[in-house]
Amino acid sequence: MAEIMKMSILRYRPETDEKPVWQSYDVPYNHETSILDALGYIKDELDPTLSYRWSCRMAICGSCGMMVNGQPKLGCKAFLRDYAGGELKLEALANFPIERDLVVDMSDFIAKLESIKPYIITQEPRSLDDGCTTQTPKQMEQYKQFSMCINCGLCYAACPQYGLDNKFTGPAALALIHRYNNDTRDQGKAERMKFINEEAGVWGCTFVGNCSVVCPKGVDPAAAIQLGKVESAKDYVIQMFKPGE
Amino acid sequence: MSKRKPYTREMKADWWRKDSFFTMYIIREGSSLVIALYCFMLIAGLFSLTQGQSSFETWLGFISHPITIVFQVLTLVWTLYHSYTWFQLAPKAANLWMGEKRVPDSWIVNAMYAALAGCSALGLIILFL
Amino acid sequence: MSRSHEPIFWGLFGAGGMVAALILPIFIVITGLLYPLGIIPAELLAYDRIFAFASSWWGALILLVVICFPLWLSLHRLYHCLHDFKIHAGVRTQTVFYGIAYTATIASIVLVLVL
Ligand code: SF4
Ligand code: FES
Repeated sequence: MAEIMKMSILRYRPETDEKPVWQSYDVPYNHETSILDALGYIKDELDPTLSYRWSCRMAICGSCGMMVNGQPKLGCKAFLRDYAGGELKLEALANFPIERDLVVDMSDFIAKLESIKPYIITQEPRSLDDGCTTQTPKQMEQYKQFSMCINCGLCYAACPQYGLDNKFTGPAALALIHRYNNDTRDQGKAERMKFINEEAGVWGCTFVGNCSVVCPKGVDPAAAIQLGKVESAKDYVIQMFKPGE
Repeated sequence: MSKRKPYTREMKADWWRKDSFFTMYIIREGSSLVIALYCFMLIAGLFSLTQGQSSFETWLGFISHPITIVFQVLTLVWTLYHSYTWFQLAPKAANLWMGEKRVPDSWIVNAMYAALAGCSALGLIILFL
Repeated sequence: MSRSHEPIFWGLFGAGGMVAALILPIFIVITGLLYPLGIIPAELLAYDRIFAFASSWWGALILLVVICFPLWLSLHRLYHCLHDFKIHAGVRTQTVFYGIAYTATIASIVLVLVL
């Protein structure tokens, strides 16, 4: 038999609400019910006006991020059974403006991801005749986990430095720089170092470390940023001996 | 006309009290407060050393005062918390490899604890030398 | 885009973090517990002994490392904490914070040199 969970959701309807307000729903659930399923139940059975984002239902599209009892989670990867006996409070992803209900405006995050040249850059164009590029397992290990990012933004919601000042490039984008800079096929490191070396680059980070805790894909942005600091420090010393640059 | 009206939630100055992870972060950073005071206490000791024996003995009296002892115990606990967090995060700032395999995080953390034990033992040896 | 000068302070912060994590605890144990509670003989911290230690080149070096680097750790962290507490700090505040670490470093060096 299904049990009942009380779910409070922070609603915000821009055309009527001055500021967000809490609204509660009673939702039946069983062992398999994810938070995303529960939101579907609310929308279908209780309140069709509720807005939220989703697509894949399997932790790969990155669109269902939200705050679950204050922690950034993917709605499709969090289950009601883990909150049994308690109450659930859902809120739009922290540190982003609320567009409507659980939907946030992610444009700043997306712009940052795009700005850091997240693609392989080669000096000479390669042709099919060059054949495939080989990498040893060790070379691949240098960047593989950082390529698992699904751009869900949970790490930005977990990062107080981004919340305090959104000029900070932030965890996922800095991890993405690390991902390309450490790929043996890439030759764009010099171009990307500019983004790292900035105040708003790796130096905006005080190593709170929460980004790596909340990432649903096992990416470790905090590690990427610390290694980025080491790289930036080396780069700093090198430029001291190259005046005029 | 756009119906958009994005709502920005302000982060208040006490944001770190709302979440235990953030509270522990501020406690970690807060260790620097007592560490700085303790270093100033050592500088005072160094200064008293340049001023001759009686001045140094006044400093020894100062560090033995109950209030100073309480302060130092607090500093010790807080510094050890700094050590714990520093060791815990150390593997993230290192990209160490042994041949084709990455050095396990636990090795780095354990090496740090061993170094703490080593430095402490060395400190006592020098003291008794 | 401008390059940050943070690497300098971060380097000193890193060194300070290491020293505070590894070496500082035994210092605090000695000055805060072993000596004042009489667990070790008081002569171990007698003026002559400490004077000899601090005037040897290696003793002076140990003292400088233990005193100065943790101060750079501390003032770096305290400065960044201002931002965490939403206190807006400009270049002037930054100069004051790192200036304290700088002045204390110079003062310590002068003190061990006059010994
Ligand atoms: S690093 Fe992790 S938490 Fe951050 S956007 Fe990528 S998948 Fe999401
Ligand atoms: S619905 Fe795609 S990640 Fe959750």
